[in-house]
Amino acid sequence: MKQVKSTSVEVRLPSRLGYEKVAMSTAAAVAKLMGFREDRVEDLKTAVAEACINAIEHGNLLNERLSVGVVLSAGKDALEVKVIDDGKGMKTMPPKPDMDRKMHGEEDPRGMGMFLIQALVDEAEWVAGGNGKSSYVRLVIRLDKEAE
Amino acid sequence: MQSETKAHVNQLTSPAGHPITVLRFEGDIASTSKDAVLGAYQALPKATVKTVLLDFSKVDYINSSGIALVIQMLIEAANSGQKVFAFGLSAHFTKVFTMVGITKYAGLFPTQADALAAL
Repeated sequence: MKQVKSTSVEVRLPSRLGYEKVAMSTAAAVAKLMGFREDRVEDLKTAVAEACINAIEHGNLLNERLSVGVVLSAGKDALEVKVIDDGKGMKTMPPKPDMDRKMHGEEDPRGMGMFLIQALVDEAEWVAGGNGKSSYVRLVIRLDKEAE
Repeated sequence: MQSETKAHVNQLTSPAGHPITVLRFEGDIASTSKDAVLGAYQALPKATVKTVLLDFSKVDYINSSGIALVIQMLIEAANSGQKVFAFGLSAHFTKVFTMVGITKYAGLFPTQADALAAL
């Protein structure tokens, strides 16, 4: 059996809001090279941007001396993205955003990043670093063979 | 790194004769856009502005912090008895706005002409 090699691309971002767009553009470029449909590329861009924003804000606490690592691994049928920060990771997942509660002032208008990530990619998992840092979120988006 | 958000205000009248205040955004809508998004909205006279139409046709990037600013605007508009609609979102951000439930509180239209025809 022929083994399919994965191709890896790595980016390091400063922990400064706005730089998530560098990871977003890189992920989009890799996904386009792999043959993803345009709508799936857009899904990936938003998921990667939100993962990086979380890493910058909540993982690295906007400390510009820390960087966010983004590792894109392109396989035959899927693209895996790991976004790594120096935080302790998620202890509990936030509840699904409720627009009615937000409109009535019962829930913060913010806090939709993780919901968007989960909704837009095929797999999303948050892994806490064993040493209290180097936590990461792992995203997987699969090539849709039926639509090709 | 983020493209500065700009906001412009236009006054239009719908074919049905209703006054419409259009807030046109350009650039990214992110956490740094608070003054442009909420500031532009809050500068509108609440006594006379009853229908607000948001133009996203020149916005390429909206993140969750930007969506939160739009929600804050919708909360203030609801509390002031104003109706908010939007047009010009890409297919992707139309999907995202629908997923988070914004469409329940702000009707989305593909184009300005579609919006005006319905208002």
